Amino acid sequence: MAQMNMIQALNSAMDQMLELDSSVVILGEDVGYFGGVFRCTEGLQKKYGEHRVIDAPISEGGIIGAAIGMGVNGLRPVAEIQFADYIYPGFDQIVSELARLRYRSDGTFFSPVTIRTPCGGGIRGGQTHSQSPEGIFTHISGIKTVMPSNPFDAKGLLISAIESNDPVVFFEPKRIYNGPFDGDPDKPAVSWANHPMGEVPVEYYNVPLGKAALVEQGDELTIITYGTLVHVAQASAKAAGVRADIIDVRTLMPLDVDTLKTSVEKTGRCLVAHEATRFCGYGAELVATVQEECFFSLEAPIERVTGWDTPYPHAFEWQYFPGQKRMIAGIRKVMEKA
Amino acid sequence: MSGKSTLHIPHTSARPGEKPDFSYLNLSAAGATAKPETNARLAEIEFLASGLVRVLDDKHQAVGPWDPKLGQDRLFEALKSMILVRAYDDRMQRMQRQGKITFYMQCLGEEAVSIGAGMALRNTDMLFPAYRNQALYIMRETGLVNMMSHCLSNTRDFCRGRQMPVFYQNAANRVFTISGNLATQYPQAVGWAMGAAIKGEDDIAASWVGDGSTAEADFHHALTFAAIYQAPVILNVTNNQWAISTFQGVAGGEQRPFAARGLGLGIPGIRVDGNDLLAVYAVTDWAAQRARSGGGPTLIELVTYRGGAHSTSDDPSKYRPKDEWSCFPLGDPLLRLKNHLIQLGAWSEEQQSVLEEEMKQHVMDCWKEASSYGTMTEGPFLDVHTMFEDVFETMPPHLKKQQAEMLAIEGL
Repeated sequence: MAQMNMIQALNSAMDQMLELDSSVVILGEDVGYFGGVFRCTEGLQKKYGEHRVIDAPISEGGIIGAAIGMGVNGLRPVAEIQFADYIYPGFDQIVSELARLRYRSDGTFFSPVTIRTPCGGGIRGGQTHSQSPEGIFTHISGIKTVMPSNPFDAKGLLISAIESNDPVVFFEPKRIYNGPFDGDPDKPAVSWANHPMGEVPVEYYNVPLGKAALVEQGDELTIITYGTLVHVAQASAKAAGVRADIIDVRTLMPLDVDTLKTSVEKTGRCLVAHEATRFCGYGAELVATVQEECFFSLEAPIERVTGWDTPYPHAFEWQYFPGQKRMIAGIRKVMEKA
Repeated sequence: MSGKSTLHIPHTSARPGEKPDFSYLNLSAAGATAKPETNARLAEIEFLASGLVRVLDDKHQAVGPWDPKLGQDRLFEALKSMILVRAYDDRMQRMQRQGKITFYMQCLGEEAVSIGAGMALRNTDMLFPAYRNQALYIMRETGLVNMMSHCLSNTRDFCRGRQMPVFYQNAANRVFTISGNLATQYPQAVGWAMGAAIKGEDDIAASWVGDGSTAEADFHHALTFAAIYQAPVILNVTNNQWAISTFQGVAGGEQRPFAARGLGLGIPGIRVDGNDLLAVYAVTDWAAQRARSGGGPTLIELVTYRGGAHSTSDDPSKYRPKDEWSCFPLGDPLLRLKNHLIQLGAWSEEQQSVLEEEMKQHVMDCWKEASSYGTMTEGPFLDVHTMFEDVFETMPPHLKKQQAEMLAIEGL
């Protein structure tokens, strides 16, 4: 075991996979010599060479298109898109090609590409460095969508993603790269050093895709969330004095419905939270699923706490970001209703 | 220049009812273009992007430095492939007209583009075709019965009914699956080629797009990556003059040839007579040798003409002169190769007729066999259970649930 932040954990996952599997290659903008703008690939090119860790031009469509071709040729590419906000030039390659190769060719072609991309707000990035576009990707049939909330899961899930023969879009909430964030920007930054999920095995392990984690146990409310908001939810439930099951979805697609169902049947109340915009967001799918599976256990309408349906503003970061104030209000609302 | 800013709207040289005019095509005489060494520097080969490599002259003789000097057995192989694909197209076009298949796309007039390249490449080289390269699948032994079964979405369809007709595939023989999204295969081919180089293998990749698709971002992504990493790839642009109703000028072909698109990036370009099988073979062979020996990518523009409609959903009489193909100065690739063989004293019109009849019969026999595996209207049909398979490697719970729901609703 070692204490790692999320960046180090992700680096460790890629280091291990490059070591174990000679077909693993990394490509992306600034990932090589420099080691990535967030340092996730630091030292890997030096260790594995320029043919395994490749500096790519500023061409997200090209990165994903080329990664698909490499995957078809037996490699296992890990493509980094520097910010999720910049993934759109590669969108057609993801939706029309990567996601559908296996289906359209009756399984004779596939490309096991993992696309890593930092997402989310809380870093004063404005509307081009703060988006949470996961719901766009969960809507596409044929790709798996993952978002870890801590270093331990980040490493284990990334290893599973790289090993998966299905394409995976792997979102990394950049606000919690260096430490958990409870939604209060006025508090001093906290590191992962004292967090139990910052203890990460140095050796190989994996966290299976498609399994949610119950990060807090309680009998009054179920909070379903992922990414940075897992930490906001933990702090908010505590502040509100509510005993809540807090479920970190971890793999958004395919969704671990059983874990949600077991919890909501127990608590009878449910709040769904994400940073992304609300309308047609991933939370709508969660709400629909809980309603379909647990309607007769529900004692109150399901609450949603999300980003507003505006672009992500620079000046109003903390009015936009669904922090503790909104999370606590949501918790109170769902608890008050008969 | 007019002295003020103006918007140039490209206009084709002739519309329906007008006299076809191909004076815009910059043609060179057969044999007139020099053939540089495959390891020549870019500066020494830039001229190839604006010239036109031609081997077969007006007297049907093979002339000049690009003559690949193929033996007669190989010339027959090419002729036979061209006759076969034309017979296949003819039957499938008619089957669509009779309502047996939902859609079809011919490659009429463009047969040499695929066949010349297919012959020059190794069987282990990976092909990333566009939708009008069906001859590549035929050459890589995909099997006419299998290709027809795919178009019929029947029980032998290799993609089990997941794609509309003409979206072929052949993983075993290294021909990629066709996408309906244009030019997406281009950066994938470059990635495949980068992968071959990373693995230290000397197989190369080749891909094809049309003149219209060069306007897609993926075309430029592919060229950028191919140039940066000097990927062992051949990037082909089939310039058949038409993208449905817009002529090649609307894709930007008026200012400089498509072959010159790579020069700014350092990618050599070759403009070639796409209806001259020998020339297509020769430039592909040249580019393949260059790629295999570390010389990187080549962009090849194949000047040809779309002899038929864009697809069975298209009516070209609405936007181009009916007799335009017959006026195309580079002629018909099949007739040109046939006449070359006749000129060599190795072939005759009688033998040609016999072979064409033989191929037609073969295609008819294949159609009968393919139809016995099911048609869209008569069984046997594909098993609808399979609709939910291959979305992922193993079926996740939500798809199992939906599959069960569908089966219950369908009473299965």
